[in-house]
Amino acid sequence: MELSGGEIIIRSLQDEGVEYVFGYPGGAVLHIYDAIFRQQQVQHILVRHEQGATHMADGYARATGKPGVVLVTSGPGATNAITGIATAHLDSIPMVIITGQVTSKFIGTDAFQEVDAIGCTRPCVKHNFMVKNVEEIATVIKKAFYVATTGRPGPVVVDIPKDFTAPNVKIPYEYPKDISMRSYAPVSGGHVGQVRKAVELLAQAKQPMIYSGGGVLMSESHEELRQLVRELGYPITNTLMGLGAYPATDKQFIGMLGMHGTYEANMAMHNCDVLLAVGVRFDDRVTGEIEHFCPNAKIIHVDIDPTSIAKNVDVDVPIVGDLKVVLKRMLELLAEDSRRANPEDIAAWWQQIEEWRGIKSLAYEYSDEVIKPQYVVQKLCEVTNGDAYVTSDVGQHQMWAAQYYDFNEPRRWINSGGLGTMGFGLPAALGVKLAFPDADVACVTGEASIQMCLQELSTAMQYGLPVKIVNLNNRYLGMVRQWQEFQYEGRYSNSYVDALPDFVKLAESYNHVGMIIEKPADVEGALREAFSMKDKLVFLDFQTDDSENVYPMIEAGKGHHQMRLHPKTGALN
Amino acid sequence: MAVSKHVISLLLENESGALSRVAGLFSMRGYNIESLTVAPTNDPTLSRTTLVTSGDDRTIEQITKQLNKLVDVVRLVDLTETSHVAYELMMIKVRAAGPQREEVKRLADIYKGKVVDVTESTFIIELTGNSEKLDSFVKTVGDEQILEVVRSGATGIARGERGLKV
Ligand SMILES: Cc1cc2nc3c(=O)[nH]c(=O)nc-3n(C[C@H](O)[C@H](O)[C@H](O)COP(=O)(O)OP(=O)(O)OC[C@H]3O[C@@H](n4cnc5c(N)ncnc54)[C@H](O)[C@@H]3O)c2cc1C
Ligand SMILES: Cc1ncc(C[n+]2csc(CCOP(=O)(O)OP(=O)(O)O)c2C)c(N)n1
Ligand SMILES: [Mg+2]
Repeated sequence: MELSGGEIIIRSLQDEGVEYVFGYPGGAVLHIYDAIFRQQQVQHILVRHEQGATHMADGYARATGKPGVVLVTSGPGATNAITGIATAHLDSIPMVIITGQVTSKFIGTDAFQEVDAIGCTRPCVKHNFMVKNVEEIATVIKKAFYVATTGRPGPVVVDIPKDFTAPNVKIPYEYPKDISMRSYAPVSGGHVGQVRKAVELLAQAKQPMIYSGGGVLMSESHEELRQLVRELGYPITNTLMGLGAYPATDKQFIGMLGMHGTYEANMAMHNCDVLLAVGVRFDDRVTGEIEHFCPNAKIIHVDIDPTSIAKNVDVDVPIVGDLKVVLKRMLELLAEDSRRANPEDIAAWWQQIEEWRGIKSLAYEYSDEVIKPQYVVQKLCEVTNGDAYVTSDVGQHQMWAAQYYDFNEPRRWINSGGLGTMGFGLPAALGVKLAFPDADVACVTGEASIQMCLQELSTAMQYGLPVKIVNLNNRYLGMVRQWQEFQYEGRYSNSYVDALPDFVKLAESYNHVGMIIEKPADVEGALREAFSMKDKLVFLDFQTDDSENVYPMIEAGKGHHQMRLHPKTGALN
Repeated sequence: MAVSKHVISLLLENESGALSRVAGLFSMRGYNIESLTVAPTNDPTLSRTTLVTSGDDRTIEQITKQLNKLVDVVRLVDLTETSHVAYELMMIKVRAAGPQREEVKRLADIYKGKVVDVTESTFIIELTGNSEKLDSFVKTVGDEQILEVVRSGATGIARGERGLKV
């Protein structure tokens, strides 16, 4: 079979099993768009801004585990995609982004819509490829998917000059079955001796703690993790990226840790003597001031990426390996060897943890006059039976969604943790809804974040994607305002969101449904009504308390044991 | 932690973007880079890089891990950890007029340097050796006399059977 470069690209995507390509056309990719037009298998989703395309593909990837695919034109198409590429990069999300490039002989001449996409994206991709001829297109696409999805996943950019996609040059097509690259070999199993050492250390612990994160979702090893946690009977905390890996409603789960983690999770971190860290990267939002981090703990760290290990914190038992393989091995070793920690020690440790839990660090003051944002999230969780896919933007609302929605399954909580990209929530929700049309999909957002990719309401209209937008509208860049309240004596420099649109009318103008909710008593009813409208996108504009803050909080320079609790409900204050 | 100097040797895919990935890593992550040399090898698909960097143990560990993670890096060795040879080439153009001529020539001889170009008023001296030796020569000749200095940066190779192969 002889195909042109443009056709080869689309055939390769078909052979890769790609369902959706999120993209936006332009001069450099017109041949590719023509190939899209002449087939049915890969569906193209036309976005309204290339950033939206990247977040949609990203949301799709986070919810399904499959790579998200993006197609954009050269120049501004590529630069508009960069925020979304960087977002995926920092959270290790598999994506393949195809960028058009100017005709090869014009490269380097400041040609129309020329930008060095390889150079621009290099710092925020796992890898990128410049295609050098028509013959290598299929192999490069195969490599791109291979690199994006194996080892520690990440986004891969493929930059293709327009002339290599032209219809007049046709060559035989064959999609490579396997690929191997001498310079890229993702690791699998962990060092057997190290795994044994880890299990022995765990069995000697008096005050053990398990700290797990996004790597559990990436390696699909939540079942193994759950078994291990139950077998050991130890407390577990999740990072913002790991929520759902272990069920939030289980007794052994003691909440998220870190800057806005629970009192019990952070105190258990501070006081533990053995820490098992799995699929986490000791981010600064998690560790607080490194000097105070887990002062008495022996640390075991399992990660597939050696650079994650001993980057920020020294570890005692480093294990480089695929988490799924390592956790299985740990379970086998525990089955072979019945030695366990002293039950009295563990009981005493749990008693201490229960005391900390008794502080109820997530308690807030309910009001029947003004809507508390935490209350909206709690009701959202109730109304959707804790079973919805929840995407989020960045700010206070993101933290409240993480704290008050009980995620019991992995891949249900979808947010930008590493880059913290406002504008992520709505397009990500649309990507999720495409993947799971029958599931409830909610986007918990703020009135500022939602405006950063608001144009995608139009994409939702075109493809009929009935997600529910839960706008926690506090008329502030709330997270910024909170920091200004705490650290700048309430000088609210540019954190007030003035001139807000009428979100109800705005939603209606796209033929969506809009609702404004002003009273706490109406919160639950509005949510129920919205979720009963199965085929309508509903924009719920909740007018929330404008002075609410996120607690607990570890402020700059502080350790896990130095949390700032709610001024009214925090028992320690 | 104490800062020490490391000579790291890499085999890179001989691709156009490979070198910028290596250089970009150093600027992006704020690592020191003292010198970097690259040239093709007997295998035209590979190029060999020697880079000299410095940092404490944790930084050096991160540097080698991060380099290894680059998809275009095929093999890596920290030569500082094995017995190795590392040399640098310098060409230095110095003032050599009148009575200075003899003096400069004598200095070059002491350092086993070679005069490779002569004009009425200048010499170009070629000198190979470890970086400290070259530093010392530059210092001894002195800024007054020096017109131009060009150094290759260190290139290194492990002794014996050990080495970087695909
Ligand atoms: C406003 C704001 C506030 C925040 N506050 C908090 C907070 O309070 N608490 C918090 O936790 N976070 C918080 N974050 C998020 C934080 O910035 C980081 O994104 C997050 O902590 C990182 O999560 P993680 O450690 O699970 O790592 P991830 O980024 O999910 O990385 C996963 C790790 O797993 C490894 N891995 C991948 N695949 C495998 C495999 N197969 N086997 C083994 N390992 C694998 C990777 O190499 C990587 O090291 C906040 C973010 C924002 C925007
Ligand atoms: C693209 C981008 N710009 C700026 C920021 C910094 N930032 C973090 S939270 C925030 C305010 C978000 O306001 P809103 O969406 O209303 O959420 P709230 O905190 O009020 O819940 C800002 C500006 C960011 N994270 N992303
Ligand atoms: Mg707000």
